[in-house]
Amino acid sequence: MEENRLKASSSPHIRSDESVNKIMLDVLIALLPAFIASIFYFGVKSLILVVASVLSAVITEALCQKIMKRPITIGDLSAIVTGVLLAFNLPSTTPVWMPVIGSAFAIAIGKQVFGGLGQNFINPALAGRAVLFACWPALMGNYVAPLGIDAVATATPLAILKGTADAGLQMPGLLEMFIGRIPGCIGETSAVLLIIGGIYLIVRKVISWRIPVAYIGTVAVIALISEGNLTGMSYYLFAGGLMLGAFFMATDYATSPVTPKGKIIYGIGAGVLTMLIRKLGGYPEGVSYSILLMNVATPLIDKYTSPKIFGGAK
Amino acid sequence: MDTKGFTFKGGIHPPHFKKLTEQKAIEKAIEPKVVVVPLQQHIGAPCEALVKVGELVKAGQKIGESKSFVSANIHSSISGVVKNIGMYNTSGGSKVNCIVIESDGKFTVHESVKPMGNIDELKKEDIINIIKESGFTGMGGAGFPTHVKLSPPKDKKIDFVIINGAECEPYLTADHRIMLEKSDDVVVGAKAIMKVLDVDKCYIAIEKNKPDAIETMKKAVESIDNIEVAQLEPKYPQGDEKRLINAVTGRVVPSGGLPMDVGAVVQNVGTTATLGNTIKTGMPVIQRVVTVTGNAIKEPKNLLVRIGTSFKEVIEQCGGYSEEPGKVINGGPMMGIAQFTTDIPVIKGTSGILVLTKKESEVEEPKNCIRCGKCVEACPIHLQPLILSKLSLLNKFDETEEYHVLDCIECGSCSYVCPSKRKLVESIRVAKREVAAKRRKASK
Ligand code: SF4
Ligand code: SF4
Repeated sequence: MEENRLKASSSPHIRSDESVNKIMLDVLIALLPAFIASIFYFGVKSLILVVASVLSAVITEALCQKIMKRPITIGDLSAIVTGVLLAFNLPSTTPVWMPVIGSAFAIAIGKQVFGGLGQNFINPALAGRAVLFACWPALMGNYVAPLGIDAVATATPLAILKGTADAGLQMPGLLEMFIGRIPGCIGETSAVLLIIGGIYLIVRKVISWRIPVAYIGTVAVIALISEGNLTGMSYYLFAGGLMLGAFFMATDYATSPVTPKGKIIYGIGAGVLTMLIRKLGGYPEGVSYSILLMNVATPLIDKYTSPKIFGGAK
Repeated sequence: MDTKGFTFKGGIHPPHFKKLTEQKAIEKAIEPKVVVVPLQQHIGAPCEALVKVGELVKAGQKIGESKSFVSANIHSSISGVVKNIGMYNTSGGSKVNCIVIESDGKFTVHESVKPMGNIDELKKEDIINIIKESGFTGMGGAGFPTHVKLSPPKDKKIDFVIINGAECEPYLTADHRIMLEKSDDVVVGAKAIMKVLDVDKCYIAIEKNKPDAIETMKKAVESIDNIEVAQLEPKYPQGDEKRLINAVTGRVVPSGGLPMDVGAVVQNVGTTATLGNTIKTGMPVIQRVVTVTGNAIKEPKNLLVRIGTSFKEVIEQCGGYSEEPGKVINGGPMMGIAQFTTDIPVIKGTSGILVLTKKESEVEEPKNCIRCGKCVEACPIHLQPLILSKLSLLNKFDETEEYHVLDCIECGSCSYVCPSKRKLVESIRVAKREVAAKRRKASK
């Protein structure tokens, strides 16, 4: 009978071909150049760290979901993204067990405990990194120069800037920093490749320009005022994890505001915190912690930045 | 020439699938042997039948009427014998009192049907009377009685009329063809509406993806100073009244308000052309152009169909199905309503019959919201669909009110873009119903 054959579900009857997998795949594509660069700069060790981290993230996600009797969603690729991002935040010297533990923590405690994708309030990869940093600070701060650099500089440019590194270490040139031939975490060294990846995500409408532009812009303005010149400012922009943080971590959907105005406020907040930590705090780097702090503020920001509705008051 | 299109903020760009029918000239549908004419085809009070079973009726004869102001008369679309008056399924989803007429095959026109005179000589009162008597309702979908819309309270000064030729719903091309083939009727209708409202500015708003319609309408109004074609950026839901007013004039209709609050009245282009035709011929609203389309239709067409013809018959005239159909929709894919059966009549508000294939009708299981914010960006009202939907699913309806749930126009843009395929409009609709019910209770 016709009645039983026709579907009568509610409108709209067409859907865009947008999907979570496609979005995550785009993020992975955007991270690819920096990944290749990290292998180029730090050798096969980079590859091993990323693979270990990703495997741990995916297996942990599947296990958690199996235990909690939820549908297994590793196919949505989001665990892979978390795994890559966590590994990108490690120096190439870290032992392989570290990303394994870090990713397992990131997925189990940072994501699945809260209900899985989209439900967590802090960025899982950054949560994983924070735990590793708290437990094994020495291992997490052991930087080496990229392959093929003669002078074995073992401190990051930001550490040199801050004066926490051994005296006598030279700042690398700006170009070196821009292309990433500097000591640092494996995925965050090449500013230019991360920017290209970020622009790809903006063009593909995976992320909005608002968070990265507000974030990087704020850091730039504060650095320019405090340093007084463009070169000084550039070090704060291109050294350290700012680009990775601004384009790939701060823009994490679940933990950043959804409102357009909220995104700007969030970006500015992260920028101010980053510079405060870098200038006044105990660490030379401040990107991870400032994003984590802003993650916590996200629900509040969202609440107070509800857009003005069409034809009405707020 | 102004080629910059007007538009509004938000909205989406669904693929429009109009190729299927946009080149197909309007064809007269085969005359039906039986029509089932619902006594309510509009928002407002249902009509009472003016005829009895066994009575002979002619095409254009008034067969249903209501004393209520918010209502629209119903006319017979054919000549023949009243076979039955009773409850039948309709596209609205519920059973409605209908008059069933069996054709005598002659299509004799009723004596009351005669030309109304020249538009320039007709007075304002004459025109509003014609509109009221002839059973005009908005033919864009909502089906609001036209004479009500054209009777604003005295304190509301109307500055302009916008004729809505946006037709932003994917697949539909009825309005597009009307502008191409009936541009004279559109002009006469527009003049009549302007006269009724005493305005001297009229825009015919058309999306830029219909360049031929823009050309034709431009030519048709070339010598008329106060009617102008406004080009719109193609975007959904550009055809929504408030979006349209905003795009064309920059004015913003306040939340909870009506177009007349900002001095505007919007009329669908199909309604306008029919009005032009009624003034010329005297024939009331007894037929309309319907786009019959979709990948499961063998030969998609734009058909001029008599009101009361069954969907089934209309579909058969398009060669039937090309494969097993999954969904039959009354209207477009964004806001149309899926039907359980094709044994329902075409009414004044039936802008399209869309048949999707089994594959196209599959509904994907919703996944977790990933908070990507795409629904927020797409919402033309600037609501936060993800929050509204979440609160609704938690039965926190009072809170949805704080997030302005009642302002949602149910355009479906949010559901359309959601990568997690969440049923956003569905849950928001539930919240709207709850909030509205609560308000009604409170005001009692
Ligand atoms: S579009 Fe869907 S997944 Fe994205 S925020 Fe809205 S509801 Fe969530
Ligand atoms: S919330 Fe309502 S108005 Fe906004 S996009 Fe969704 S359906 Fe349209």
